Amino acid sequence: MKTPLSRPAGYLIAVLALLLGWELLALALGSPALPGPLEALPAFVALVPELTVHALLSLWRVSISMVIGAVLAVPLGLAIGRSPRADSIFAPLMFLTYPVPKVVFLPVLLVLFGLGDVSKIVLIATIVFFQILLTARDAARAVPEGAVLSVRSLGASRLDIARHVVFPAALPDIFTALRISTGTAVAVLFLAESIAGTDGLGWFIMDAWGRIGYPRMFAGILAMAISGVVLYEAIELAERLTTRWRRTAH
Amino acid sequence: MSFLSLQDVSLCYEGQDRAVRALEGLSLAVGRGEPIAVIGPSGCGKSSMLLLAAGLLAPTGGTVRVDDQPLAGPRRATSLILQEHGLLPWKTTEDNAALGLRIRGADRRESRERAREALDRVGLAEFARAYPGELSGGMRQRVGLARAVALDADLLLMDEPLSALDALRREDLQDVLLDLWRRRGHAQVLVTHSIEEAVFLGRRVVVMTPSPGAVRSIVENPDAGEPGYRLDPVFHERCAELREILASEGALHAEEGVRT
Ligand SMILES: Nc1ncnc2c1ncn2[C@@H]1O[C@H](COP(=O)(O)OP(=O)(O)O)[C@@H](O)[C@H]1O
Ligand SMILES: [Mg+2]
Repeated sequence: MKTPLSRPAGYLIAVLALLLGWELLALALGSPALPGPLEALPAFVALVPELTVHALLSLWRVSISMVIGAVLAVPLGLAIGRSPRADSIFAPLMFLTYPVPKVVFLPVLLVLFGLGDVSKIVLIATIVFFQILLTARDAARAVPEGAVLSVRSLGASRLDIARHVVFPAALPDIFTALRISTGTAVAVLFLAESIAGTDGLGWFIMDAWGRIGYPRMFAGILAMAISGVVLYEAIELAERLTTRWRRTAH
Repeated sequence: MSFLSLQDVSLCYEGQDRAVRALEGLSLAVGRGEPIAVIGPSGCGKSSMLLLAAGLLAPTGGTVRVDDQPLAGPRRATSLILQEHGLLPWKTTEDNAALGLRIRGADRRESRERAREALDRVGLAEFARAYPGELSGGMRQRVGLARAVALDADLLLMDEPLSALDALRREDLQDVLLDLWRRRGHAQVLVTHSIEEAVFLGRRVVVMTPSPGAVRSIVENPDAGEPGYRLDPVFHERCAELREILASEGALHAEEGVRT
């Protein structure tokens, strides 16, 4: 078997391939709205100080939202999954609300909470909340009954079982759901920032677009892409640190 | 006076469409420090009986008493070892062995210390930081035993703890079980589908019958408890006796690895 690439090497090759594809596409289209990397990268470098401020704001918004969403959803989802009674009440509610695209509530939230951070955070946290809620509930239902039984035989309370069995058993699924929801969270953040407020990468990109500053716009898009990768990698790192046992199973 | 006693116990599971009578009129007494073995065909209620004795299920009829107390729920000094899922894959060997103590409120350091001593007893001291996924089946069962040892259990209930192991590992672990019992002298109920294991480790061997589950007969086996017993002609006589009872039950297939 061929040995797999190291993570940084994989990233490097992927980045080069993307840049090449981008350049070819830009050449083929020949439109000022799609500058190639040779134009956009210098713009990006020149704008790094400015972009950093916006990127940090965006990253802060999206990560605090995801944390709030997950912190609320995990205990609730696990509790619902472990209690047939609660499940019979909440499951229909979850199934009804899950497919509703929460992003359509953005205008409502803007009216309620204004154009600042609160409306953005509430929106993203809500979206993440629903994704994690269903995952946590399903994961809690899938916990092997034998594991619960053997811990109960040690005299474990419901809280002990949640702490020693249900939560750690569900953790890998919760992380998968978190990773999947980063894409949605960043997309919604972009939308919210471009509609409301005067900072963040979403605003930066749409502002550059409005001023027909295409290399500047692409510098913003690049920063957004990098922020997404950073967020994703941070979650992956947290997962690796908290679920060390999974890489040892054979 | 017996230490664990089940008196005229019955247990009914409420199934989806009909109730299952898992046990009916089962009576069994285990003395303090006595090791017994339980054998019988699949579905005769062996696991159910252990869950009752562990206080995880309440009988539909009859009474379960441990240490002169009617059993109302899981008890501190009882340890139940299941064939699978006994260990939590996300905890290290050491933390798995310490789990019983942690749940019973001991602090982390003391639990760890006692868990390490227990792991040492079962020959796993150097695997304290490994995860169950890194251990062989036999080693995992030893961790389960270490958990019981760390708890200082006076009643050890085991549901086919060795049935996932190959023959050599099995004998090895049977020796570990015997050694632990000889040192600690706890009462012990070992459910097994191996005739040799039952005779090696049970001072009495309880044969159960199915539909509904009850005690069919009890084979007295007072010579069990010595490390060299397997080589004793008496051992083979008892095995033959037990085999005959099981054959008359039409239950011998249960020994050939039909797991429940
Ligand atoms: N949770 C349960 N719900 C319904 N029936 C069960 C349940 N557990 C066991 N039974 C039934 O009770 C009987 C005894 O099962 P069990 O105690 O597991 O026997 P054994 O361990 O001897 O194979 C079987 O008929 C089994 O199908
Ligand atoms: Mg069974």
